Amino acid sequence: MKKFTKLTSAVVPLNIENIDTDQIIPARFLKATTREGFGENLFRDWRYNGDNTPKPEFVMNNPTYSGQVLVAGKNFGCGSSREHAAWAIQDAGFDAVISSFFADIFKGNALNNGLLPIQVSDDFLAQIFKAVESNPKSALEVDLENQTVTIVETGAHESFEINPYKKSCLINGYDDIDFILAQTKLIEEFEQAK
Amino acid sequence: MSKTLVEKIWDAHVVKSEEGFPDILYIDTHLIHEVTSPQAFDGLRKRGLPVFRPKQTVATADHNVPTLNQLLPIKEELSRYQVDMLTKNCAEFGIELYGLGHPFQGIVHVIGPELGITLPGKTMVCGDSHTSTHGAFGAIAFGIGTSQVEQVFATQCLLQSKPKTMKIEVNGELGPGVGAKDIILYIIAQISAAGGTGYFIEYAGSAIESLSMEARMTICNMSIEMGARGGLIAPDQTTFDYIKGREFAPAGEEWDKALAYWKTLYSDADARFDSVLTFDAADIAPMITYGTNPGMGMGIQEHIPATAAQPETEKVSYKKALDYMGFDDNASLIGKPIDYVFIGSCTNSRIEDLREVADFVKGKHKADNVTVWIVPGSKQVEQQAKNEGLDKIFEAAGFQLREPGCSACLGMNEDKIPAGKYCVSTSNRNFEGRQGQNARTLLASPLTAAAAAVTGKITDVREMLEKVEG
Ligand code: SF4
Repeated sequence: MKKFTKLTSAVVPLNIENIDTDQIIPARFLKATTREGFGENLFRDWRYNGDNTPKPEFVMNNPTYSGQVLVAGKNFGCGSSREHAAWAIQDAGFDAVISSFFADIFKGNALNNGLLPIQVSDDFLAQIFKAVESNPKSALEVDLENQTVTIVETGAHESFEINPYKKSCLINGYDDIDFILAQTKLIEEFEQAK
Repeated sequence: MSKTLVEKIWDAHVVKSEEGFPDILYIDTHLIHEVTSPQAFDGLRKRGLPVFRPKQTVATADHNVPTLNQLLPIKEELSRYQVDMLTKNCAEFGIELYGLGHPFQGIVHVIGPELGITLPGKTMVCGDSHTSTHGAFGAIAFGIGTSQVEQVFATQCLLQSKPKTMKIEVNGELGPGVGAKDIILYIIAQISAAGGTGYFIEYAGSAIESLSMEARMTICNMSIEMGARGGLIAPDQTTFDYIKGREFAPAGEEWDKALAYWKTLYSDADARFDSVLTFDAADIAPMITYGTNPGMGMGIQEHIPATAAQPETEKVSYKKALDYMGFDDNASLIGKPIDYVFIGSCTNSRIEDLREVADFVKGKHKADNVTVWIVPGSKQVEQQAKNEGLDKIFEAAGFQLREPGCSACLGMNEDKIPAGKYCVSTSNRNFEGRQGQNARTLLASPLTAAAAAVTGKITDVREMLEKVEG
């Protein structure tokens, strides 16, 4: 799994609430049997018209915005459990997603792929959107070790929560399977005792 | 110490619990399907691992499959590839597959219960968020991502932190024309599409206890639509009666042993929940959604809430949803013409749903402006419907009875609702584009959907019931 420690980047703002995984990657693109290549269909129906021409008003089609951090409204990633949503975001070049609330399954999927979901307060989220609105190049600094996110321009910062186990997985680039596989003896004992 | 039902089942499945780490939770049954499994099988191959407990894994093909001419090769190339891949992977890793043509094939959350695979007290997972359906039997069942599918393949365990618990009580009696789907749409509308996030929900109360197993599954199925990790209902005589005699249900001595254990599965009287909500069944009307998340629902006689009345941060998203649906603030939906009716999905495609619809449409005919698809949840449901002659009733009413699969619930196969068209659907998600690009979905119960099919517009089914009775 990809390692994550620290990053400073401009952001792509998507100020919409309840973005569900059907918007992140519509079902008709779930037919691939590998993890790669989903990025081009990220937010497909918001990004492109029916004839595949880009919709100029969508933020990802606006060259003013770029960066490795996606910032979105509350309850991001609700709906279907498709991990393809996390793969698509990552494949499109993002390493972190910021929102004031994440749906459970999406959050777990992101963490399992080294994509960092950062939950901030409603107030801090509004500050980020405001900073980007006044200066689209406004950067954020994400520091996983210290669990902080900072708006570089203003110095405003907030700390975020992350499960300590998951944090060490991200920093070291190892995953849950490595962890559980080391315990197969315990699992077999559990089965016998059942 | 007194425990909630979730805690009882959870604690019985913890292989290891260590401060600062998620629990290692043992998974009794792993259900898989063609869409979220291929990358997990690939992962196993890369690591050189077998499936740890293939006998505890059951596969079916449902998300992608056509609902007409299922015995012919799948026309759509990518779908066919994905379904073939599942067949190949199951053969290679020794997993039982109920694929196309098998009498047990169907939507994964419909076949588990009907085959007696879903049982009280089990832990069950599937790479599909509606796995919560199985909670209706008093099981801990939840949806997982593909990396976790790989984890369960490799170890039959998952790393999970213990969830918070919420109790939702619904007491009293439902009015005529109001069913389980209305209960759950009502609850979601009350607490919002994120109102249950982080929780495992136990549904209780007299209105829940009096429901059939099919109806309980409809309720638990939609737990995820309020963000909950899962939902469950304590097993009782209704549960035991449903399970007894099913294909893989315990029998003989095993049955007695299992039953004795199942009877211990309830929340202790003084168990503590992190949150408790109570609703009165009498307040619930037939429900319909008007927006693009399942929390945007209302009683069918109500008017769409105004954008101005929404919290400041939500106004933009709310307006965007109404624009997508082509609806205005304060509008009533009654009488609004519709184009499609879809009766199906793991929420409402069981035999009881089909019976209810058949009973209602018998002697009636669909309106000319509406296309009606009924997609049974499984081969067994389809067969049962035919045995009972429901297919004849549907045919006479102009309703098309198809073959089982997820179908227009997510539009991965050819069953898509065209852009801009309105579909009254018994499925569980009204997200933008869920049923097809730019399709507009209105979620409702099977009865409300059937009423819309007959009149061609959104209708309060209670008015039609009264006519029949009077
Ligand atoms: S019917 Fe719909 S919600 Fe249910 S498993 Fe299939 S796609 Fe998912």
